[in-house]
Amino acid sequence: MIDARGLSLVFQTADGPVHALADVDLAIERHAFVSLIGPSGCGKTTLLRVIADLEQPTAGSITVEGVTPEAARLARAYGYVFQAPALYPWRTVAKNVALPLEIMGLPRAERMERVKRNLALVNLEGFERKYPWQLSGGMQQRASIARALTFDPDLLLMDEPFGALDEIVRDHLNLQLHGLWHRTKKTVVFVTHSILEAVFLSTKIVVMSPRPGRIHDVIACDLPRERTLELRETPEFLAIAQRVRDGLKAGHAYVD
Amino acid sequence: MTLPPPLAGLALPAAVVGTIGAVAAPGFGVVLAGLALLASALWAATRRGYWVEGFGALVAAALLLRALPAVADDAGIGFWGCVLAAWLLAWHATTTLSAWQPRAAWLGRLQAVLVPLLFGLWLLVLWELIVRGAGVPSILLPAPSAIGARIAGSLPILWADFQQTYLRAVLTGYAIGCSVGFVAALLIDRSPFLTRGLLPVGNMVSALPIIGTAPIMVMWFGFDWHSKAAVVVVMTFFPMMVNTLAGLKAASRIDHDLMQTYAASYGQTLWKMRLPLAMPFVFNALKINSTLALIGAIVAEFFGSPTVGMGFRISTEIGRMNIDMVWAQITMAAVVGSASYGLIALIERGTTFWHPSYRR
Repeated sequence: MIDARGLSLVFQTADGPVHALADVDLAIERHAFVSLIGPSGCGKTTLLRVIADLEQPTAGSITVEGVTPEAARLARAYGYVFQAPALYPWRTVAKNVALPLEIMGLPRAERMERVKRNLALVNLEGFERKYPWQLSGGMQQRASIARALTFDPDLLLMDEPFGALDEIVRDHLNLQLHGLWHRTKKTVVFVTHSILEAVFLSTKIVVMSPRPGRIHDVIACDLPRERTLELRETPEFLAIAQRVRDGLKAGHAYVD
Repeated sequence: MTLPPPLAGLALPAAVVGTIGAVAAPGFGVVLAGLALLASALWAATRRGYWVEGFGALVAAALLLRALPAVADDAGIGFWGCVLAAWLLAWHATTTLSAWQPRAAWLGRLQAVLVPLLFGLWLLVLWELIVRGAGVPSILLPAPSAIGARIAGSLPILWADFQQTYLRAVLTGYAIGCSVGFVAALLIDRSPFLTRGLLPVGNMVSALPIIGTAPIMVMWFGFDWHSKAAVVVVMTFFPMMVNTLAGLKAASRIDHDLMQTYAASYGQTLWKMRLPLAMPFVFNALKINSTLALIGAIVAEFFGSPTVGMGFRISTEIGRMNIDMVWAQITMAAVVGSASYGLIALIERGTTFWHPSYRR
């Protein structure tokens, strides 16, 4: 699905070059749920943006669905969920979710049908005619997930989508996202800095470390595909979480 | 109650002085007004009856207005004491009224209309009382009643001037200036070359003084309204361009990223994201321009026009010392200017309802 080799990205800033990514090799297979975890500045968001063709690598190669990220973007191969909901306040929830469909030129009847289906998928039925600013933060983020799903891309790129939410809402959305992934069989690349979230959701966890941003460890997460919140108390879960924590520690994530 | 205590306290001695003064220099109406004020001031000092004092002040004002012909040009201390007391009581009553927080929604709406209405009414009443009571020459400042009489007596002239200046010059110039400014902003935003080439020219045009450009426009486009419309175009073009440019930069990085992930075209991004985000800025320019256009057209008529138009009327009637006609034109300009501003503000509320300043 995604294949990166020797990927590097250097930002030229006023304080000199910043090595956001250094020699990153990563393969992500179809139907996987891959979390990128690491401290701030480890390049996890940058890597996601490179996959999405929102940043250009300075060295190395990357393919998304066998083509360049740009070609994949132009083919609308992925849905992207940002840290903030980025809903347009002058559009109703339904109109926001329909935005990519309008841009892609789908007929009105099909747009309405898809909006209805995807709002149901994130449990937002009945909020079609509300404006984003009339919803809570969690509901706004769910609407933005529905918007990323509405044109049915095989690949979902999520950049700390629940970072700004409180823990209770976050647990709830994690369960919903897991169910969604399980049902729709999409490939998900998920940026987070929560260990619990990463272990709970992923089939593979990529631990990254900063300065320069690189991959420290790749941990397979072979927990059962059916997951409930209670899973987080089991020894298997805690063992994987401990491995991720060790990886972050060894990658100097805690040294400052 | 949030009223300033000195107001009610001061009203009482003022009413006493007014009543005694009026009795000393007989003027029956003023004495009645003084008594009414005395009663309301006493009421206000002892109870929370601002309806009573507000009503008392209005009755007293009516009596004083009636007594004006008798005391005209030569009002004594009784008259001025009463005016002062009436003003203080009205002030007190209006502050109390505006601080009032009614439970029922319709009372709130009534209050929202009543407070500015009473304030405006009192401004006119005091203007009338002071100008006529002190015998201010009408060449300096005519009384509101004289201006009102002039307006009522010259409706055909005012209508003709309104048509010439507002309906022809202002509306045409405004429409052209605003659209050209808007389109120029889109072009400048699109092309780095124009940012360097057209933006400085736009800046320069905005710096041109209207009293310099207006005579030139008259030379170019003739005496009729076309030259005034041209002045309005020059005046309104720049605020619209600058505001639209700022509005087109209002989109954040995340908004742009979102559109990019959908592989949206320039036109789609503009239409579905950047223009809606720019609307608050565009409406700012539309509001600024609505008053600017009126000023521009009126001033431009000073430099040559047919024998009709608001600016023409002001410049000729001031020469003939017909100050009340000048004030009638000023009144019309104020009413028309506020009405157009209000209309645009209303459309703005409907269009940018989503903006944090209008959300409900």
